[in-house]
Order: sequence, then C-alpha cells, then structure tokens
Amino acid sequence: MNTHTASIDVQHHHEEEHHNENFITKYIFSQDHKMISKQFLITGIIMGFIGMFLSLLFRLQLAYPDTKFTFLESILGHWGKDGKLDPNFYLALTTMHGTIMVFYVLTAGLSGTFSNLLIPLQIGARDMASPFLNMLSYWFFFASSVVLISSFFVETGPAAAGWTVYPPLSALPKALPGSGFGMTLWLIAIILFVVSSLLGGVNYVATILNMRTKGMKMTRLPLTIWAFLTTAIVGLLSFPVLLGAGLLLIFDRSFGTSFYLNEIVAEFAGGIERVGGSPILYQHLFWFLGHPEVYIIILPTFGITSEIISTNSRKPIFGYRAMIGSLLSIAFLSFLVWGHHMFVTGMNPFLGSVFMIGTLIIAVPSAIKTFNYLATLWKGNIIFTVPMLFGIGMVSLFITGGLTGIHLGNAALDINLHDTYFVIAHFHLVMGCAAIFGMISGVYHWFPRMYGRMMNKTLGYIHFWITIISAYFVFFPMHFMGLAGVPRRYYSNTAYDQFDVFMDMNVFITISAIIGGAAQLLFLFNFFYSIFKGKKSEQNPWNSNTLEWTAPVERIHGNWPGEIPHVYRWAYDYSKPGAEQDFIPQNVPDPGQTDELEEPNTLVHNPATQKETAH
Amino acid sequence: MANTATLTDRRTQWGGGKSPFNISYGKLMMWIFLVTDAFTFSSLLTAYGFIRHSFSGNTETPWPSPDVVFNHFPFLHGVHLPLMFVSLMTFILIFSSVTMVLAVEAGHRMAKKEVVKYMFYTILGGLAFLGCQAWEWTQFIIGSEQGRTLADGTIIHGANLAINEYGPVAFADLFFIVTGFHGFHVFSGVVLNIIILFQTMDGVFEKRGHYEMVEKVGLYWHFVDLVWVFVFTFFYLI
Ligand code: HEM
Ligand SMILES: [Cu+2]
Repeated sequence: MNTHTASIDVQHHHEEEHHNENFITKYIFSQDHKMISKQFLITGIIMGFIGMFLSLLFRLQLAYPDTKFTFLESILGHWGKDGKLDPNFYLALTTMHGTIMVFYVLTAGLSGTFSNLLIPLQIGARDMASPFLNMLSYWFFFASSVVLISSFFVETGPAAAGWTVYPPLSALPKALPGSGFGMTLWLIAIILFVVSSLLGGVNYVATILNMRTKGMKMTRLPLTIWAFLTTAIVGLLSFPVLLGAGLLLIFDRSFGTSFYLNEIVAEFAGGIERVGGSPILYQHLFWFLGHPEVYIIILPTFGITSEIISTNSRKPIFGYRAMIGSLLSIAFLSFLVWGHHMFVTGMNPFLGSVFMIGTLIIAVPSAIKTFNYLATLWKGNIIFTVPMLFGIGMVSLFITGGLTGIHLGNAALDINLHDTYFVIAHFHLVMGCAAIFGMISGVYHWFPRMYGRMMNKTLGYIHFWITIISAYFVFFPMHFMGLAGVPRRYYSNTAYDQFDVFMDMNVFITISAIIGGAAQLLFLFNFFYSIFKGKKSEQNPWNSNTLEWTAPVERIHGNWPGEIPHVYRWAYDYSKPGAEQDFIPQNVPDPGQTDELEEPNTLVHNPATQKETAH
Repeated sequence: MANTATLTDRRTQWGGGKSPFNISYGKLMMWIFLVTDAFTFSSLLTAYGFIRHSFSGNTETPWPSPDVVFNHFPFLHGVHLPLMFVSLMTFILIFSSVTMVLAVEAGHRMAKKEVVKYMFYTILGGLAFLGCQAWEWTQFIIGSEQGRTLADGTIIHGANLAINEYGPVAFADLFFIVTGFHGFHVFSGVVLNIIILFQTMDGVFEKRGHYEMVEKVGLYWHFVDLVWVFVFTFFYLI
C-alpha cells in the first residue's frame, strides 16, 4: 500500500526539498508527520474494507441460513464447502470483523491519521516531538496488521473467541479450531498493536504539551487537539493493561500456567490438571482496557465534529470550556465503569450498582456534548458541505445509540439484554457508526490539507445519504430482535421457532448492509480519484480559523517556510460582530488583547528543546 | 503581589512557545512512558492480588509463607535464613540507584570521568542483582530435599510453571511471571546503561554540551527500582 502513497505523491509534489531524501526515506520510512498520517489513513481504509467485507459474508449467512452460495466455496475454500459457511468460520469472521473495526480502523486508523496530521499543524509545530518514534509507531501498526491478516491463511483459521477473546476459548488451544495458531497470531498482532499505540500516544502528549507555538495557550487549543490529547492519555493508561492481560494469556496458552483457568475448565478440556486461576480475572483486565477503548474511538471524533460543526455553522462552538470539561470527565469516568460489561458474569449486586451509577453518570458529560453541538447549530449560518453532513450524522447516530446505553447500563435490565442483538445495535450506532461518520467527515474536511485537492462534492452527497440511511436500516431493527431475545454470535437461529418472525427482517438488514457497503466504494473511488484529479484546493477552502490552513498548500518539511505563526486568539472567532469577514484566523493579532505575548521568546535553556525538528 | 506574580508565571508557562514543565520533550516522554509502564506492572500485580485473594481460607493448598520458601543463602547450606538473600538483592538494587543519582549529578557538572565511574558502578549493581535473581530462581526451581508428597504418593521437589512444592501452582506462576517481567526490565536497563556508558566514554555528551541522556536512563533506573519495592512487598512480605 505504500507504493500507493508513493505514486500519489510523485504526482503533484512541488519541488521544495532541499534535504537529501530518497524514495525510501520519503515515502516508506518517512518521518514527516503528514506522510505518516497518510500511511495510517490508507492502511486504515484498507483494513476498513476488509472488515466490512467480512461483515457482509456473515450477514449473508444470517439472512439466508438455508441457501447455498456457490461463490462462497470459490473464495473461502473448505470454509464454504458446498456454498455453506462453516459454523466455526462464522465465529472467526465476527471475531476478526470486531477486532479489525475496533482496533485497526477506529483506533489506529482514526487517531493515527488525525492526531498525526493535525497536532503539529494546529498547534504550530514543525513536526512531532520525536519523528523517529512516530515512524516506528506506524511500522509497528503495519506489522501488526500483516500478522492479523495472515491468520486467515492458517489452516485452522483465525481467532474465533470473539473480539474480547475470553478464556477458556482463547486459553485452551484445543477448544475451537480458531483457538489454535490463529489465536496465537491474534495475540502477537495485538501486542505489536499496543506497542504502536503507546509509541504514538507518548508522542502526541509530549508534542501537545511541549511544542505549542507562542500564544497557543491550552485554552486556545482547537477542540480537536483537546480531544486527541485526552484520547492519547486514555490510551496510555489502558493499553498497558491489555498488554498485561495478553501476556498472562500467552503463558496460559503456551506455557501451561493457569492464570485464567480452573478445575471446571480443565475437565472440559480433556483432563489437563490446571487449577487456581479464574476467567473472571481476564474479564476484569480486558474491560479495564475495553471500556476506555470505546472512548479512545469516540473522543477523536468528538473533536473533529466540534471543529467541523463550528466552522460550517459559522458560529463559535457553544460552551468551549464545557466541551473541554466534558472530555476530561468522560476520560476520567471511563476508567471506573468497566464492570458494566460483566453484570451477568457473576458479580456482587452491590458492586453492580456501583458500576451502574458510574455508567449513568457518564451520560451527563455526553449529554453536555450533544447539547453543545445542537446549540452551536442553533441559528447558525449553516453550510451543508459534505463534512458537515457527516458531522451532523455523527451527532445523530451518537444520540440514537447513546439512548440505549442508558438501558444497558442498568444492571437489572442488562440481564435480559446482555449478549443479544440489542447490544449489537447499541454499540454499532453509538461507537461503530458514529465514529466512522466522524472519521469520514474528517477525511472530507482535511483532504485538501492532505493532498492539496478537493474531493468530489456530488459523489460525497450521494455517499452521505446512502450511508446514513443504510446505517439506520441495518442497526435500528436489531433493537427489536434483541428485545425479543435473539442472541448475538449465533451462526443460525433456525432452531428456535420463536425467532422465525425475524426472517424477513434479517433479509432486510442484509440487503441494506450490502447497499451501504456498495456506497463505500463510491467513497473509495472519490478518494483515489481526487488524489490525482480532484479540483485544486484553495489555501483555506472552508474559511476556517485554525493554523493548519495558514501553512502552504504544497506540503513541505517543517510545515511553514519561514517563522511559525504566533497565535493571538482562540479557534472559534466566527461571525464576530464588527469584523469584516465572518472568520478571524488564530494568527491574526487581536488589538483588544494585551497579554503576555509581547514578552521575548524565552525558550527553555535546555538544548534538547531548541533542536529544530525540521531536519 | 506575590500571588499575581505566580499567576502570570503560570500563564506564561503554559502560554505556548516553551515547555510548561521546563523539561525537554525527551524527558517528558520518559515520564509518560514510566506512567504507562507502571500500569503494566499494576495489571500483573492486580492479577496477583485477585488470585491470592481467591486462596484466602483455602486450607487444602494454602498460600505458602515466603519465610519458608525463600530461606536460602549462598554457601550457607541448611541454615534457615528467611528473606536474608532477597534483602541483600534489594539492598544492591537500591544502592545502584544511589550511584545512578551520583552519575546524574556528575553529568550536571559535566564531569565526564565521574559519570563514567558511577555509570560503571550502576551497571555492576544491575548485573549483581540479575545474578542474585538467577540464583534465587534456581533455588526455587530445585526446591528442598524432602520435597512434598502428593496424595497419590509422588514426591515433587521445587517449582516450575506446572508444579509447586510449597503450595498452589498459582504462586509459582505468579512469582515467575512478575519477577521475570521485572528482571526483564532490569536487564533492559543494564543494556541501556551500557550504551550510555560507551557514549559517555566516546565523549558524545561532552560534545552535545549536556548529559541529558544520563538523566533519562536514570529516571528509568529509579523506576525499575521503585517497582521492585512493590514486587518485594507483594511476594516476600505479605
Ligand atoms: C458494514 C457495516 C457493519 C455491519 C453490517 C456489521 C454487522 C455486525 C454484526 C451482525 C455483528 C454481530 C455478529 C454476531 O455476534 O453474530 C457485528 C459484530 C461486531 N461489530 Fe460490526 N458491523 C458493521 C460495522 C462495524 C463497525 C464500524 C464496527 C466498529 C466499532 C463494528 C464492530 C463490531 C464489533 C466489536 C462486533 C462484535 C464482534 C464480536 O462479537 O466479537 N462493526 N457486526
Ligand atoms: Cu463499556
């Protein structure tokens, strides 16, 4: 895929390079944050399409459990024998689908793309604090993706214990075909992934704290940066726990320990004498990451959406400080509520109610955010650009999915709802679709910043409408199935007569999913077409205030040719009364303000900070 | 007046164009990494707490008393010296932290020779600790002469990932993985220290005009030391 990126750039690269760079250092092992951002984006898009394709395969099975599709045998071999999906492979498909979407697309693909692109450009820095670690972060991610995908070519198939890989299915190599070598590869991939995300996170935090341009106070940072900062902090504090959990799991699998196993399990696995551990320990460790993880996914898109909604409403974001406060409190609370995933695994009811209260409290800062979006839109001078539509779509999906979170967070209701399609509907709307919408809106919005060209608008509108309608058509009906008790992770429900009424609904969902999936091909086409043939972008196509639009369109190392712009105001001076234009970029001096800006630039005397990162 | 001064100080400190904590990005990154690493260790120690707790009140295979398990001392065969050896290990590690402080301090004075000297002592301390740990593991793996007789009459000696003479296997599993993970950190620290030592001898930092790298590995070294205090407390004291 790097040859992709490479050919892309040769196209319209303006000769600015006075550094002696060759093809490899420039396009492959690049240390420039803008190139690394593109590498993350394109890898993320590829992983996204793989993940989507897997979901269409298992959707086909759910809609037509008795039909034979001969093409399945030709693409899946013995897993699609006689045109029927193998039940074990069904589990592998959902596992890989969930893993890819959660970690590879919406964690690395999302944060990797936008944190890398926007942090240096929006805070006014020449690059990341450590461009080298930044490059390593991408390559660990790349290696991790390769290892994960390679598990499709293992004889026993990829991991099949669900994206949460609970033991014993994940701990006993003989439990399922997918518990074999595929599971080992899954664990290796995730460990590489954790390393990548920690390298990225360390860099993002250090850059935001240390490298802001003069005048860029924390309270003048665009909300995107605040969102990336909290995301990085949450990641730094939760991924190591996954690392620990994974380490113990590897020992259980391969070295005969029993951290997660006890007598019952040993009997079931053919008399292996292993006692003393507990699968519930794994669940605690996993969800200590797992719940913050869903915020790692959604927080960056909160930032992106804030930026896009404010710009396209031509209004300051409503409640800037409340937005920051809610980001921080969501981040903090996200570490205290992991138990809501374990209400039915056997938990002291008192503990359950503690987790329940914590969970319901998170609804408050979340509601603050959505109300602030609506208040920003209210009486705004709204411009319905493509990114704006996706941004509004993100808010819509987040609200729809968020409301069911209140049901699921209730320990008593969850006994009925747990592991049903109600959960699937909830997390796809609130996290899956909302974050995908935020990510897509970011791509449309910052595409001109990345490639110097605009994406096609008409295709964008078509893409938006088909996507939002199909998203609701796919996931909304699942609520009713879940309420009726249809369990998730089941290959087929034909054995249960009471679920026959959902046959038509399943067909409807699958057809909607196929249409929605096809619409993403429009996006794919638009993306690659526009890289080469898109309309040339203006300097500041959305009349935006943030610093990235002051850097020259042709991308150069170090971002700004001369001095880095200084900052004199916050990022949201839209439609300011008395101003000539309806926007005032952050680097325009504010005559009303006489703050500390006139002081001489006193950089820390520590020589390491003074080292220019433009190399 | 003083109040206003500190207020503006804080403002200018965070106002962009400089580091709010007056430290380089490299040191900041080291701090962030250490917080992260602390969470990794916490996850392992949480696993320890969880599993150990599940053994409370278990009279059949009670959690072993560290005094009984770790009572050997090199060359003093058969003498019962509970926790003496591990105390020595701990002392060595803490002492190597002291020499690390001296190395950092010498770096501030740009005293190359002293940096070399104290880095060398630190490395020595690290290696000694690793050696002790190897001995400690060996003793634990070999076990006692009498061993333990299981219900079916077999006698087991010592411990590994599948058996444990002294009590539940879980104790051995946890011991090996937690002290192993810590030992791996010490080992990485020694490797880093050796690299920095060679760079110091090459005059790399002298040319650079500051010994910040020594400070960075110093932070790491103190962290590894601090973690040991927790590991020690969990496995040997309670
Ligand atoms: C093309 C759009 C998508 C469709 C049609 C789809 C469909 C499904 C379905 C039907 C399941 C349940 C499978 C089962 O339990 O039997 C599922 C599981 C899941 N999906 Fe999606 N999905 C889509 C996109 C996404 C996205 C964007 C995410 C990112 C958050 C995501 C994350 C997950 C996760 C985490 C699971 C649980 C996997 C598991 O059970 O281990 N999906 N998906
Ligand atoms: Cu959760």
